[in-house]
Amino acid sequence: MRVTVIDYKAGNLTSVLKALRHLGAEPVVTDGDLSLIEDAERIVLPGVGHFAATDRLDEMGLTKTIRAAIARGVPFLGICVGMQWLYTGSIEAPEQPGLGCFSERCTRFAESTEKVPHVGWNSLDVRPGSRLLAGVEPGEYVYFTHSYKGPVTADTAATTFYIEPFAAAVEHDNVMGVQFHPEKSGATGLKILGNFLSWKTKGAK
Amino acid sequence: MITKRIIACLDVRDGRVVKGVQFVDIIDAGDPATQAARHARDGADEIVLLDITATHEGRGTLLDTVRRTARELFVPFCVGGGIRTANDAAQVFEAGADKVSVNSAALRDPALIDAIGRSFGAQAVVVAIDARRDHEAADPVRDARVFVQGGRKSAGRRVVEWAREAEQRGAGEILLTSMDSDGMRTGFDCELTAAVSEAVGIPVIASGGAGTVAHFVDVFGRGKADAALAASIFHFGVSSARSLKEELARTGISVRLPC
Repeated sequence: MRVTVIDYKAGNLTSVLKALRHLGAEPVVTDGDLSLIEDAERIVLPGVGHFAATDRLDEMGLTKTIRAAIARGVPFLGICVGMQWLYTGSIEAPEQPGLGCFSERCTRFAESTEKVPHVGWNSLDVRPGSRLLAGVEPGEYVYFTHSYKGPVTADTAATTFYIEPFAAAVEHDNVMGVQFHPEKSGATGLKILGNFLSWKTKGAK
Repeated sequence: MITKRIIACLDVRDGRVVKGVQFVDIIDAGDPATQAARHARDGADEIVLLDITATHEGRGTLLDTVRRTARELFVPFCVGGGIRTANDAAQVFEAGADKVSVNSAALRDPALIDAIGRSFGAQAVVVAIDARRDHEAADPVRDARVFVQGGRKSAGRRVVEWAREAEQRGAGEILLTSMDSDGMRTGFDCELTAAVSEAVGIPVIASGGAGTVAHFVDVFGRGKADAALAASIFHFGVSSARSLKEELARTGISVRLPC
């Protein structure tokens, strides 16, 4: 299975590519070739660092093409900042719009005695019916590293608690996002990436 | 609930895992890729590979070692040793590291922290600090000094102040090694670890001195560490991360289990 991985210079892709290959997929990287998005069977948008880096997607002219692919039903997975981009934006870079698949905004963890960023292995509370997180048992752990997060809404597929509950995963039809790093989350992470690779449109063969 | 991380550390020289006691008496402990895979299988939450190769010729083997080690590793993987420029870091990331650890090069040129963070994100930059208590200072812990060259030479900086600067420049984590405790198996320097952990808002990884489960209980409690590094405790079949974490869980410390 071919997976189009979008490179917009927000961190290193090696680990994501390695995990996809390990699962038998053939990742192809695009840093501007729109045809790889237009013909995509699956799209993965990784991303670490600052939300402002997502302005590169607009600069590279990818946003419109990604939106069209999603509208066609191509399964899409955003990882970390790639998930945050699915919302309308983030207060980390308020002037930079997200894709707006989910109508809320990402916010920073509230001030508390806990450290921010949230770094390390934390557990998932998976909501019933999630296809992306099928087979993930209560209390399985995944690896996080982030300071901003999405709110808990009807589209939240799993919550995690750190200072407050936040969206660890979001899912609506073919649009999925994970705040954690499945490529760095051991067997649990590979299981989740495997679910994404085997995701089928409802009713399709 | 967020868990305390147990990080397996591989000190590597010329492509082989070694472990010294206070940076001397180096003994051979195997192939890095095999060791890293075994630690991940045995429940380590993260792998750190520190290259202590002194020679220029040995540097070339590092990228090959990183590539081989990263190949089948699906937990966070940090690589340190000899990373002097943002380009060195880029090559190590390209080879499969998720984070790099910088130490003496960052002391010489603190802007290196900013540069790597800008390109790869703060989460990818670990600043390693080799610390010794300063017994001549009014407060030997709070005034602990930074050392370089394997603990032989003072860097002319205070540990807490340097950790704060590293954070401001965009470091994602601090890897704090007590040179007084390193390799001694007499316990972490909990006072020093707590002093740094309270001074910064980023995670602190405690290193140096692990010998028993009680030492880990201590550094996660009194030492306020977010993660702890262990090297010699895991070698030679002494213990595994899993059994260590099972013991920690029994004392009420939150760890990733089952793993």
